[in-house]
Amino acid sequence: MHLATYLGLLHHSLTTLADAFRQVGQGHGDEPDVWHTCRVLAGRVEHEAEALAPVVRRYGEHREVEPERLHAAGLGSTRSGAVGLLRDLQDLYTLASLTDITWTVVGQAARGLRDGELLDVVTSGEQETARQLTWLRTRIKQAAPQALIAAD
Amino acid sequence: MADRIADIWGARTPHAKDAPWPVRVDLHLDEGVAEADVERWVQSACVLCSNGCACDIAVKDGRMVGVRGRAGDVVNHGRLGPKGLYGSWQWNGDDRLTRPLVRRGGVLVESDWDTAMDLVVRRSRELLTEVGPLSHGFYTSGQLFLEEYYTLAVIGKAGLGTPHMDGNTRLCTATAAAAMKESFGSDGQPGSYHDVDSCDALFLFGHNMAETQTVLWSRVLDRLHGPDRPAVVVVDPRRTKVADAAVASGGVHLAPLPGTNQALMNGLVREVIANGWVDRDYVDAHTLGYDELAATVEPCTPEHVAETCGIDPDDLRRAARIFGTSDRVLSTVLQGFYQSHQATAASCQVNNLHLLRGLIGSPGSGVLQMNGQPTAQNTRECGADGDLPGFRNWANPEHVEQLARLWNVDPATIPHWAPPTHAMQLWRYAEQGSIRFLWISATNPAVSLPELPRVREILAREDLFVVVQDGFRTETAEYADVVLPAALWGEKQGTFTNANRTVHLSERAVEPPGEARSDLDIFLDYARRMDLRDRDGAPLIGWHDPEGAFEAWKECSRGRLCDYTGLSYDKLRGGSGIPWPCDEDHPDGCDRLYADGVFPTHPDVCEDYGHDLLTGGATAPERYRARRPDGRAFLKAAEYAPPPEQPNEDYPFVCTTGRTAYHFHTRTKTGRSRRLRGAAPEPWVELSARDADALGVREGDLVRVESPRGRVEAPARVGRGRDGVVFVPFHYGYWDTDGDRHARAANELTMTEWDPVSKQPLFKLAAVRVTKSADGTGPAPAPTTTASAPHDLASVPATRGEDDVREDVTSADPPAPPPTPDRTPGVLPHVAPKG
Repeated sequence: MHLATYLGLLHHSLTTLADAFRQVGQGHGDEPDVWHTCRVLAGRVEHEAEALAPVVRRYGEHREVEPERLHAAGLGSTRSGAVGLLRDLQDLYTLASLTDITWTVVGQAARGLRDGELLDVVTSGEQETARQLTWLRTRIKQAAPQALIAAD
Repeated sequence: MADRIADIWGARTPHAKDAPWPVRVDLHLDEGVAEADVERWVQSACVLCSNGCACDIAVKDGRMVGVRGRAGDVVNHGRLGPKGLYGSWQWNGDDRLTRPLVRRGGVLVESDWDTAMDLVVRRSRELLTEVGPLSHGFYTSGQLFLEEYYTLAVIGKAGLGTPHMDGNTRLCTATAAAAMKESFGSDGQPGSYHDVDSCDALFLFGHNMAETQTVLWSRVLDRLHGPDRPAVVVVDPRRTKVADAAVASGGVHLAPLPGTNQALMNGLVREVIANGWVDRDYVDAHTLGYDELAATVEPCTPEHVAETCGIDPDDLRRAARIFGTSDRVLSTVLQGFYQSHQATAASCQVNNLHLLRGLIGSPGSGVLQMNGQPTAQNTRECGADGDLPGFRNWANPEHVEQLARLWNVDPATIPHWAPPTHAMQLWRYAEQGSIRFLWISATNPAVSLPELPRVREILAREDLFVVVQDGFRTETAEYADVVLPAALWGEKQGTFTNANRTVHLSERAVEPPGEARSDLDIFLDYARRMDLRDRDGAPLIGWHDPEGAFEAWKECSRGRLCDYTGLSYDKLRGGSGIPWPCDEDHPDGCDRLYADGVFPTHPDVCEDYGHDLLTGGATAPERYRARRPDGRAFLKAAEYAPPPEQPNEDYPFVCTTGRTAYHFHTRTKTGRSRRLRGAAPEPWVELSARDADALGVREGDLVRVESPRGRVEAPARVGRGRDGVVFVPFHYGYWDTDGDRHARAANELTMTEWDPVSKQPLFKLAAVRVTKSADGTGPAPAPTTTASAPHDLASVPATRGEDDVREDVTSADPPAPPPTPDRTPGVLPHVAPKG
């Protein structure tokens, strides 16, 4: 069964995403809304990862060797300036999108297994991910024109 | 005669529930001027708080010499507050700006209009060519008239095409608008001041009405002194006069720690749900989102909430019981919520309480999401702040098309690719150098914005061209490249709309001094010199005077919730203010909105598709449509999240800031009124008695308050607030001092951080430390008549003025309230789901 592998991927993606939110928040401390929102979202992603942990442990008994390619790469460092902010937000968007589709995949397996506990975790995780993507899209749309047209 | 410095609210005229509020006409004339000396009385309304009390200006020898309340007006029934009586006209001294100033060799020197406007227009054109409209920002006020906001909005949105327009309203009223958009689909006050006369319970959320809206508070006091008085509940960390009244009325004073409003509100909502006080029929028929709201607040038990907020759980239960069991509840909300953490979320919870009980749109039951300034409503509806004119939705292409047709411009010109830039972001772009032309009109950000050391650095940037348009040489004007002298209230004509949608006409009483011009004339001059044109090559702005601008605005408002088409200057002249919507079918305006429980949430009419209250992420249009709101209100939910700055070892206190009864905005006018200045001449620092004792501070000792951003030094008032909380009044600037220039304004301390939805900065919760710097020589210069009263009242001489106001309690009939329509104009009805 490959579910354990995918739960591993999901868990890893979530911790990577949480780190990335913290990193972008700190790297763009001069954008107060980015700093604060990233911090709030990082905490909530960590909470999702914690909620997933018991399920990971349960299926982890059957865990196969995790293929090397199945993990999310984190951010190296944050960039500076208006365009740098835009690029970093885009990186977050990419990471959040990966968790989004991974929740979908895991959710399908949960349905197949009729695993109610896992499905509850997935439902709440999907809602949180939707919130992250909504905020990132909103903030990217706001920042893009000024960064690409008027910034130095 | 009455001393209205000592007695802020004046003589009582008690009345019973559902009886009209009696008339009392307040009059104050300059020393040595008798009533018989007054040559003319000129109709206006006061602009020194959001109430917008109707008044007449006394004129003699071309000067304003006094003011009198208008008996027949629905807002004030003749009364005026200390600011209206003493501050609205007494600044016409000799320190006004009378000629344009331009910067030469680093110094502002007197100039003329052609030179000044040429400089403005040249820089404007250069940047439009080099960079485009995104280089331009406009930062306005809550002090302009409707005609000026609308004209500026058309110049900015249709002429230049910049999304960077916002105002001081973002510091005061943006959350009111945001909360109404999130819950009801559109800005527009649901309630009416008449609900004060009829309610059984009155809830004031973060609202020190006794000081911020003194005349409205006298209306409340008259209920509290009459038979069948309402129970008052107040949420405020300070022991205000409202809190005293709440306790005396058998209500509750809830004093949560600053930053925890959302926790408290979730607790109140949970109690109402858990006790079965919900009107399920109303909720099912007229709202969406009940299950999510109930699930979100479920963990918020009174004990849990009480611990977060630092209150007694039984107080929370009592407050919830009053809300849940009173037949008619009126709620008001102001800066204690708006300028705090999770501002929009907490304000939406107030709307939720009313929706859950179906208490909206009927006499005595309503919500008043208040404003701080009297024309704040106008900037919101005209589009000079972060909105499109006429409550139009920037994300709805049809709404943008409507504006493009009206203005005869390409829709692509009108910025609508993202939400209009909010004020704090606008300053950030200036800080980063991408906004390089900033036009500031009728406001004083060098004192009013958060984190002043940062604001001063931005204003001083070499690459930022700053235009300041004002009546006085403010702290901000000192940073300008060009200063334009503007006419003030009483010197120009226009209309404005108060917090409960009542529109007043303010006539010109006297000529502006020197070469000062009305803000409208200045904007029209800019448009002409820039040669702004429509799609057919005709001048973009087709009007030349206030009435022309008003007529143009009426067309823009047609069919929208804020419909003005039934109004005219003639109709507003002579009588009383009229609340919009006012159209052909509703010629007397509308007192309340949403009597039928149908809200402007239909996707085709709504002003906004809504946001995630935690992050501010915008709901996509298709997602909004898929929910089929179709006239139902939203019960918006959000968990409590801790504020971005909390007390810690280095900064153990929470500093909260606010307006007090004797001053308005940055004291540009009120600081020049002898009576008001005498009552609160200098800033002070309020400490609780226990905190003062622990710090070794006695009344009047000089203390230093420091945050990670700056410091304030002022005498201490040993007051009545809660422990751990320090209060510093805003907005004391430094135009009137010779001492340490940057240690007076509360905003030296506050943080650059804002609510994710309304983008309103957090002025109410900076972490600070307090140290004593010197012994005092007498009591703090704080009034004894307000929330700033000392802990030991007998130890400080009482604040007094002089007996110079005549209060005429007449038997004249109060004005009749306007009708409440069965169905709100501009709102599409429910659509029955198919199948």
